[in-house]
Amino acid sequence: MDCNDVTRASSSYVDGELDAAAVAALERHLEGCADCRLGVEHQRELSQLVRRGAQRFAAPGHLAGRIGAALDAAKGDARVVPLRRAAWRPLALAASFVLAMILSSGATWLVAAYDRQDRLTQEVVSSHVRALLSNRMIDIASSDQHTVKPWFSGKLDLAPPVRDLTTAGFPLVGGRLDYVGQRPVAALVYRHNQHVIDLFILPGDAAPGVAPPATSRQGYALRRWRDGGMTFWAISDLAPEDLDKFELAVRAPAN
Amino acid sequence: MTDDSRTRRFERLALPHLDAAYNLARWLMRNDHDAEDAVQDAYLRAFNYFGSFQGGNFRAWMLMIVRRCCYDGLARNRPTELVSVEDIDALAAGAEPLSDASRVDDPERALLRRADAALVNELIAELPPPFREVLVLRELHDCAYREIAEIAAIPVGTVMSRLARARKLLQRGMKRRLKKDDGNGL
Ligand SMILES: [Zn+2]
Repeated sequence: MDCNDVTRASSSYVDGELDAAAVAALERHLEGCADCRLGVEHQRELSQLVRRGAQRFAAPGHLAGRIGAALDAAKGDARVVPLRRAAWRPLALAASFVLAMILSSGATWLVAAYDRQDRLTQEVVSSHVRALLSNRMIDIASSDQHTVKPWFSGKLDLAPPVRDLTTAGFPLVGGRLDYVGQRPVAALVYRHNQHVIDLFILPGDAAPGVAPPATSRQGYALRRWRDGGMTFWAISDLAPEDLDKFELAVRAPAN
Repeated sequence: MTDDSRTRRFERLALPHLDAAYNLARWLMRNDHDAEDAVQDAYLRAFNYFGSFQGGNFRAWMLMIVRRCCYDGLARNRPTELVSVEDIDALAAGAEPLSDASRVDDPERALLRRADAALVNELIAELPPPFREVLVLRELHDCAYREIAEIAAIPVGTVMSRLARARKLLQRGMKRRLKKDDGNGL
């Protein structure tokens, strides 16, 4: 190898991507050539400079939700077919049977409502799991409710109530825009010890109150309630009784 | 159920790479909005072709699709940014030999040590996409040359020459800028 060969190969050499024979030849040349030693050293510094200085862009918190909504939309409306989910069929059928005896015309509505509610539950779980998988829970990181609340304005057609709950043991970590039922919703992120809690806030009409307010899916506990014309979903891998405490803290009147 | 479990399997594999996908897209598209569009496009495409994924390196497969979507986005909206790769490689191979700029004396080295993060970011962003992407994949994603070859759909030999060329361009840009700043300061 002469100086030109070394110069050409030094970039790959620094990356550890030369084969053994080429490495041996290059290093033999370096022993006798101060110029090339300097050149290689310089390549190394340049690489470090880029690694240290270049920005690593993290995906915004809402992107996983946006992709999830797009995936759901792309699958078509297969999920809207009533009573598709086997697990729910007995319950939905039982409900329709009971109601059919009381008021036969209302039964269809109730079954549809159950199914819609079930789909919504599943979508809340999916949104939460997506945020966890993408390791990107937060668009706006702040424990300050006066920072998080205004961040949502203009992004949603509702103004979610935002409160830090540190005194109750659930510090506010931040918020993100997410998607549930293919529409943008607010997700507030709280912490309790090592656990993360997502609090989804949806416009009230999104969830007729038919499904059980407390449930669990795929190892996550869920709580649902309505307040001030909005529907709240809390989801976490917390113990169910701790999630109950969280719900109480959220619903406690502000002082 | 099959639809849902397929979606979930895909999400479990693909979403952990969301940051990597976004970083590559953001460097190629150079703004948040277009980067998000490209990544969403890529995830939809990846989901549709998920059946054709043969196993192996999922990150490289995913980043290959992200890159493809970025180039499609650029071709659609900003075609002037897509310099012909053939032109660039010809330039790299011919007119300007690699040798001189890689050879540095000590004053020049001292000059480069003054380069700050802002300048580094600016100069990477100014590189033509074929050079920008190999540099970003190598230095920020820590990809092996073989992976870069897979993602950018070029031979490993081309990865080597483009990366060397990218670094040379960067180095030259820094020298030029820092010397100019010195000139202005006087
Ligand atoms: Zn030499």
